[in-house]
Amino acid sequence: MLLRLLHRAMVFVASVLAASVLVFAFMRVLPGDPARVALGINASDEAVARLREQFGLDRPVVVQYLDWMRGLVTLDPGIEFISKAAIGPQIADRLQVTLILVVTAMVLAVLVAVPVGIWMAVRHRHLDGLVMSAVSQVGVAIPAFLAGIVLISVFAVRLRWVPSGGWVVPAQDPVGFLQRIALPSVSLAMVQAAVLARYVRSAVLDVLREDYLRTARAKGLRPVQALWRHGLRNAAVPVVTVLGLQLATLLIGAVVIERVFVIPGLGSLLLDSVAQRELLTVQTVVMVLVVATLLINFLVDALYLVIDPRLRTGSR
Amino acid sequence: MSAPAPEFDRGNARHGDDSRGRKRGMPGDRTVLAVEGLDVGTRHTPLLHDVTFSLHRGERVGLIGESGSGKSLTALAVMGLLGEGLRAGGDVRLSGRTAATRNLLDVGEREMARLRGDAMSMVFQEPMTALNPTMRVGAQVAEVMRIHGTQSTTGARRRVVELLDQVGLPDPAHLARSYPHELSGGQRQRVVLAIALANDPALLICDEPTTALDVTVQATVLDLVVRGVEERDAAMLFITHDLAVVATVCERVLVMYGGRIVEAGPVAEVFGDPRHRYTQGLIAASDLVGEGGRRGRAALPTIPGTVPAAGRFPDGCVFRSRCDHANDLCASLPPWTPRGEHPAGDRAYGFACHHPAGERPSHSTSPAGALAEGSTVEMEQHRG
Ligand SMILES: Nc1ncnc2c1ncn2[C@@H]1O[C@H](COP(=O)(O)OP(=O)(O)OP(=O)(O)O)[C@@H](O)[C@H]1O
Ligand code: SF4
Ligand SMILES: [Mg+2]
Repeated sequence: MLLRLLHRAMVFVASVLAASVLVFAFMRVLPGDPARVALGINASDEAVARLREQFGLDRPVVVQYLDWMRGLVTLDPGIEFISKAAIGPQIADRLQVTLILVVTAMVLAVLVAVPVGIWMAVRHRHLDGLVMSAVSQVGVAIPAFLAGIVLISVFAVRLRWVPSGGWVVPAQDPVGFLQRIALPSVSLAMVQAAVLARYVRSAVLDVLREDYLRTARAKGLRPVQALWRHGLRNAAVPVVTVLGLQLATLLIGAVVIERVFVIPGLGSLLLDSVAQRELLTVQTVVMVLVVATLLINFLVDALYLVIDPRLRTGSR
Repeated sequence: MSAPAPEFDRGNARHGDDSRGRKRGMPGDRTVLAVEGLDVGTRHTPLLHDVTFSLHRGERVGLIGESGSGKSLTALAVMGLLGEGLRAGGDVRLSGRTAATRNLLDVGEREMARLRGDAMSMVFQEPMTALNPTMRVGAQVAEVMRIHGTQSTTGARRRVVELLDQVGLPDPAHLARSYPHELSGGQRQRVVLAIALANDPALLICDEPTTALDVTVQATVLDLVVRGVEERDAAMLFITHDLAVVATVCERVLVMYGGRIVEAGPVAEVFGDPRHRYTQGLIAASDLVGEGGRRGRAALPTIPGTVPAAGRFPDGCVFRSRCDHANDLCASLPPWTPRGEHPAGDRAYGFACHHPAGERPSHSTSPAGALAEGSTVEMEQHRG
């Protein structure tokens, strides 16, 4: 088991390294001269040269890459080209906001999708199960930003229950925080819940057909007990895979939703930096998103080992 | 009158109520299971017809028939584990436990669950998938005792080791901590058997318990099954394709085809002198007859034709679409013909065929009858 974990950890580190090379190549090498990009075509050659020298952009690419990596590892990726603001603290602040949003959305999605999915599976031959299944099918197709816009127009504009956007720190104003996170997290959670519920449904349906569930019934467990004690843990394996993928999707989905709800998260930082052509910031934010995604994958793999003892043996 | 219901060594006293009157058979009656006129079907397709049989305490009865003849459905109907969309009618009674003197087909799920794994239990065919892959086997054995409150948590732990030891598993204390995938098929089936026997059921149903196992392992597991039910004086319904297994394990046999019991009786009589044409074909196609015991399966004659799909059996005699002896009379349902006295009643020894084997036919001599007589001798050789 430890061997497997170690193996997974190595895969994780290798993927991060590979990703960093790719991100660096796409962000810094392909667009051409980063200083020129940052200052715009109207900038004077002297200004460009100064910036290039200041940020060491005239050094060999490999040295620049290693420099950037050192910045990432020491959690100090340096300052922005133009504003000269420190990148690290900005990302830390923004990441915190995005994580709160994403985790809230994920928790909401799980809380809804797991019971609904189980219900749909158990009642798959009945009208209520079929209706829920159809509703979830529709839910899968609604993009988060559309859900966000509809929610704003109903609950913020028409009903005026909550503000249409913005952000406050939870510790400072808990009520205001809840009001502001409600709509964006619900918009993000809706699609995810619909998708997840369908996976939960099919995982539970598969498990219901398993022989060991029949054994559980033959032992004297009623259907619901049998599913609870013997089915859910086994159904969790495929669901955890989907959860990992969804968390990654949510991170990306948050970029758009943060725009819609004017939330100062990582997504907003990314879009702002793109607009201001702060390549170093863009590159670092993208790298943070990539690392987060890979980390989620790694955790999902580790979780498999906890759930399914069959995977623990051997070193595959 | 039978001996008083034996007391079983449970290792530990059942805590709490004896008021459930467990293990008290009805006085003077050793019947454990009585199935009468059992019909099972989907909304459109009838699958079992008028299945009637009974099992006595300590009796081991085989249920044989080709694939699709309704053996598993019979077992599942008794256990109340028929799949969604299947309905059962008729009368199924399990005695020896007070709660069950009612027709089990009318009993609610909660009450049925109380009987399953306790008064009656079942071993299924596929040991590789019968256990929960994410739970230690010891916990899976202990669970059946905890569900029914037959053991406290600590008592169950000790009893698990005892049970695993009884089914011949090496180092049971250590083995209890393994997961199913760490065991072989034979070992897993022993664990399943330990689960089925944990609460000393009055009825054990085995649905092809050794079919999926290596031949070398089969004999040992069969032996354990027989020993397990013998020790508990339990009744056993044993489903199999393998007539040789029936001959070694069972005293009595039920032959099923097309969702009906077409012949029944003591193993020696039914196998040595089959009367129903289907039984006759089944035995001719088995490796029971023929010199030198087992022969290669390819060399065996088979029953001509194939088993019709569910609901496609002919009316009248279900076998008439494949029977060499069928004539117009066979379009009507053959009545049950008792062959002799049997303590379990008429339906325990007899057959339902218009032109049974071994009867001097009015027109011509039946070569099949001669074959049946010949095979009696061979049967005895085989079993002796
Ligand atoms: N849920 C169901 N719905 C419809 N038909 C069913 C259902 N379950 C079983 N059947 C049909 O009932 C018939 C008898 O099935 P059963 O499983 O009892 O056969 P069997 O005698 O146990 O055969 P085998 O030796 O292959 O296990 C089969 O034709 C099968 O297709
Ligand atoms: S009743 Fe007729 S068809 Fe059926 S087995 Fe007997 S002879 Fe054959
Ligand atoms: Mg079967």
